[in-house]
Amino acid sequence: MDLRELYQEVILDHGKHPRNHRFPEPHNREGRGYNPLCGDKITLRLQLDGDKITDIGFIGQGCAISQASCSTMTEAIKGKTLPEVQALFSKFHTMVTSDEEADDLDALGKLAVFAGVREFPMRVKCATLGWHTLNQALDDESGEATTE
Amino acid sequence: MTEASPIAAASPAAFDVQRVREDFPALHQDVHGKPLVYLDSAATSLKPQSVIDAVTEVYARDCSNIHRAVHLLSQRATARFEESREKVRAFVNAAKKSEVVFTRGTTEAINLVAHSWGRAHLREGDEVLVTELEHHSNIVPWQILCQQTGATLVVVPMTDRGEVLREAFREQLTERTRFVAMAHVSNALGSVLPVAELIALAHDRGAVVLLDGAQAMSHVDVDVQALDCDFYAFSGHKLYGPTGIGALYGKEQLLEGMPPYQGGGDMIRSVTFEETLYNELPYKFEAGTPNIAGAIGLGAAIDYFASFDIQAVHAHENAVLRYATDALEAVPGVRLIGTAPGKVAVLSFLMDAAHPHDIGTIVDSEGVAIRTGHHCAQPVMEHFDIAATARASLGIYNTTDDIDALVGALRKVQELFG
Repeated sequence: MDLRELYQEVILDHGKHPRNHRFPEPHNREGRGYNPLCGDKITLRLQLDGDKITDIGFIGQGCAISQASCSTMTEAIKGKTLPEVQALFSKFHTMVTSDEEADDLDALGKLAVFAGVREFPMRVKCATLGWHTLNQALDDESGEATTE
Repeated sequence: MTEASPIAAASPAAFDVQRVREDFPALHQDVHGKPLVYLDSAATSLKPQSVIDAVTEVYARDCSNIHRAVHLLSQRATARFEESREKVRAFVNAAKKSEVVFTRGTTEAINLVAHSWGRAHLREGDEVLVTELEHHSNIVPWQILCQQTGATLVVVPMTDRGEVLREAFREQLTERTRFVAMAHVSNALGSVLPVAELIALAHDRGAVVLLDGAQAMSHVDVDVQALDCDFYAFSGHKLYGPTGIGALYGKEQLLEGMPPYQGGGDMIRSVTFEETLYNELPYKFEAGTPNIAGAIGLGAAIDYFASFDIQAVHAHENAVLRYATDALEAVPGVRLIGTAPGKVAVLSFLMDAAHPHDIGTIVDSEGVAIRTGHHCAQPVMEHFDIAATARASLGIYNTTDDIDALVGALRKVQELFG
């Protein structure tokens, strides 16, 4: 088991210095994510114009995986349309949960650094917390996403 | 322990931790290519071979139901099951075997009391006292009970070191306090509560007291008569026994007055559609086929534990705890959570460099098993304004080498995150 597969430099960097770590103004969507097992928390706010996410930011606390995943996610989806975001989430989810060799890691860009998470089943929920919070924000303005 | 304890047939063996380690097969394996260092006994302890053998023998030889059949296998299983009850009685120094009710564990034992004693006795306006450092299993059953009865849950605060002090306890006791539920030893912090004093204070107010002994049984002396507690709940699996078995001690007079917890077989004397007569203690509270192998395994665990000079076991664990406390405090950026004087067996800590969850994954890759999270004690986390801690906890088999391995693994955390 190589820890460097999990804790890649990009993850350590984003864990320590999360990007978009602020609430955007204006915003018209909010999601709250919580992992009751470890207490990781994320509040995500975004501006949805038509079907495009024009701005996004989050405030959170938790492990390096959860915070880095949310940070890289905000970078990856800013400026993207909802169908593009869903396609990314679907690829990301497959990458961190499936045994199948993902053939289109290139499409994930920087998000591909989370490929090592699949070797650590106890940490998959950390890596997907930000994405579940995003879905919550897009589905329901008032709800709370949890990993359970 | 009383000197008359019939548990240990032989005189106590001198305590030799290396020989003890030979008794635990799970210790002798590699994880992630490294020798296992097990520092999670507060979650569950490993099991000695004698316990594993006792459970196996039940299924391989004495496999039958208890209390009802006349055939030989059932006689043997019944005898061994009831011998285990006697071992539990002697270990906690209960006055009578009938005061020992087998349960699935501490949680079920607490729920039994909340459900049976609580619903029968609590009224609107009554108060149930718990402390701030309780495990969720000694909070939630009382919350449910309060919702059902209109009683109020009152919390005794702890100090920033993780202590429950006599004065703070006394301040929350009122003439409305009918019941007190508190830990003997904190699972998240290792604090040992001054339970004998607190029980006396509660009794002065006429309150009934339950102790959650889940974390206490293997780390401090438990004598229910000396403590004068009304109920004592514990689990076998934190005492080197199997999972799924534990016991409730209750004073006979209280148990006699309580309605059954569950209805079913074995808890009845006779059943007609018009009327059911309940069985005598403790069977009134043991509906259905119990965890026979588990109870017999618990008896074997008590035999194993009591074969040592228990004071020597405690002294050994405390020496390792002191070593570990010094070693962790010497690691830059480590902060211990829970520093009550006289604490036992638990080291909860934080690191500046990394979140507990990351610490847990990294030390696991070095073969070191610790726990991370809120340890089912979220109010404790809230007190310290944190979401989680990393927790290393000790058992009879741990050595200072294990602590050195932990500290080495924490240095890996610092290398990666530093």
